[in-house]
Amino acid sequence: MKTLFITLLMAFSSMLFAEESIDSLRGSHDLESMSQDATVKKMAKDGDPIERNYVQQPPLIPHSIKGYRVNLNANKCMSCHSWKNYKAAGATKISQTHFEDRDGNALAEVSSRRYFCQQCHVPQANAKPLVGNNFKPLSAISDK
Amino acid sequence: MNFILKRIKPLLTVTIMASFLAGVVVWGGFNWGLEATNDENFCISCHEMKDNVFQEYKETVHYSNRTGVRATCPDCHVPKAWGPKMIRKIQASREVYHKILGTIDTPEKFEAERLHIATREWKRLKASDSLECRNCHDYESMDFVEQGQRAVAQHSVNIEQGKTCIDCHMGIAHQLPKGWEEGAKEAGLDRH
Ligand code: HEC
Ligand code: HEC
Ligand code: HEC
Ligand code: HEC
Ligand code: HEC
Repeated sequence: MKTLFITLLMAFSSMLFAEESIDSLRGSHDLESMSQDATVKKMAKDGDPIERNYVQQPPLIPHSIKGYRVNLNANKCMSCHSWKNYKAAGATKISQTHFEDRDGNALAEVSSRRYFCQQCHVPQANAKPLVGNNFKPLSAISDK
Repeated sequence: MNFILKRIKPLLTVTIMASFLAGVVVWGGFNWGLEATNDENFCISCHEMKDNVFQEYKETVHYSNRTGVRATCPDCHVPKAWGPKMIRKIQASREVYHKILGTIDTPEKFEAERLHIATREWKRLKASDSLECRNCHDYESMDFVEQGQRAVAQHSVNIEQGKTCIDCHMGIAHQLPKGWEEGAKEAGLDRH
């Protein structure tokens, strides 16, 4: 009985919503019709390091990462950012904080919670922000 | 004497013509065989290649790119010059042997052997100064203004220090195998 009731309620409410249009950050459109094609954003070309906005910010990736794989077998990022390779690659050395477990013990390898670099470090595309933001960085690290 | 010569002359002509024809057939067949086994479809006709490396290669720039020029398996794995090509083809008989043995006939077995096979390719490319890459890519023809900042910085260093493409571009067409650092070190590559 209860299941039937819930099913009916769901069917009814979905009928109600079908009439309305959906208002999202990407614009409004009918549920029935296709949303506007999102143009594929091109990734920014390689550039200089991007200024950080606050002290603990994971720095943004200032280069293309097309085809770079981070998986069980290999971590492409480390082929340039590891302590062994950073000099030859002219890349920033991976932060020492990435070799600590959550209790602050030093590890020999990149900590598993820092293994998937793109969880925190992201490349940039020329996209308009969907919502405004008036964050101001600390004067100590920026003169903006 | 003259009599004997007269008797065997037609025989000789026939023999020579027959050997010539046989030569054409054998040589043609040989070359046909070389061509037929130098084709991407042949390379991925065995599931060992189709299920593993081919799937990964399909997501890379050498399979699909802006200009639509594709590098196929033999472009990178089989030398173009006759001598080296023959050597590589003879070596390939070992691969046929392992195919029959089923050395890498499951994804697990493939993964286990992968570093070993990859290291062999790295060694080969390192020794040939990445000849197969340079069949298509040439420093002389690169427009450094068009290239990314990191590429320009590294390529100019490379010209001075005599590094070769595979030193830095391992994993260009497939995912890197587990333990690649050791393999790259063993092959004497720059990045490891
Ligand atoms: C081919 C070498 C190479 C690879 C692979 C690579 N990087 Fe980089 N990375 C660089 C170089 C070179 C710089 C720029 C250093 C400079 O110009 O000061 C850089 C800069 C960065 C920075 C900015 C550091 C800062 O202080 O602002 C981050 C973050 C970064 N990379 C993350 C990554 C991540 C994540 C990956 C993997 C998805 C990756 N990189 C793969 C070479 C590489
Ligand atoms: C959990 C989030 C997180 C992950 C995952 C992560 N990082 Fe970071 N990374 C940070 C933060 C936060 C900073 C800045 C503060 C610091 O140094 O710890 C940073 C700093 C860096 C820097 C700059 C170091 C410097 O000296 O300025 C590099 C390079 C870097 N990370 C590379 C990597 C690479 C490569 C990976 C993957 C192996 C990775 N990070 C994974 C959060 C992360
Ligand atoms: C059959 C010709 C051919 C061969 C052989 C070849 N390439 Fe390429 N390579 C190409 C083409 C075509 C492109 C894509 C050009 C474009 O972006 O339109 C490319 C792109 C690249 C790129 C740019 C990757 C990117 O993400 O933009 C690198 C790096 C590269 N090749 C390295 C190599 C290396 C290393 C080898 C040898 C192991 C090799 N190539 C062998 C034709 C070839
Ligand atoms: C010392 C290291 C090094 C060597 C040696 C090297 N490259 Fe590169 N190459 C790089 C780096 C770093 C990049 C930029 C990051 C990336 O694509 O991974 C790059 C990028 C490229 C690109 C893409 C350029 C762009 O910006 O679109 C091509 C194509 C390429 N390399 C081909 C070659 C070829 C062919 C050789 C051998 C003749 C070679 N490279 C040797 C380090 C090297
Ligand atoms: C752009 C050049 C290129 C192309 C195209 C290419 N390969 Fe490779 N292949 C390599 C290089 C370089 C290696 C050495 C390992 C590495 O760097 O990934 C390799 C390694 C391999 C390996 C050893 C195992 C491994 O994963 O490393 C196999 C098997 C293989 N290739 C098969 C193929 C097949 C099949 C195709 C066609 C579907 C193909 N390759 C296309 C360059 C190429």
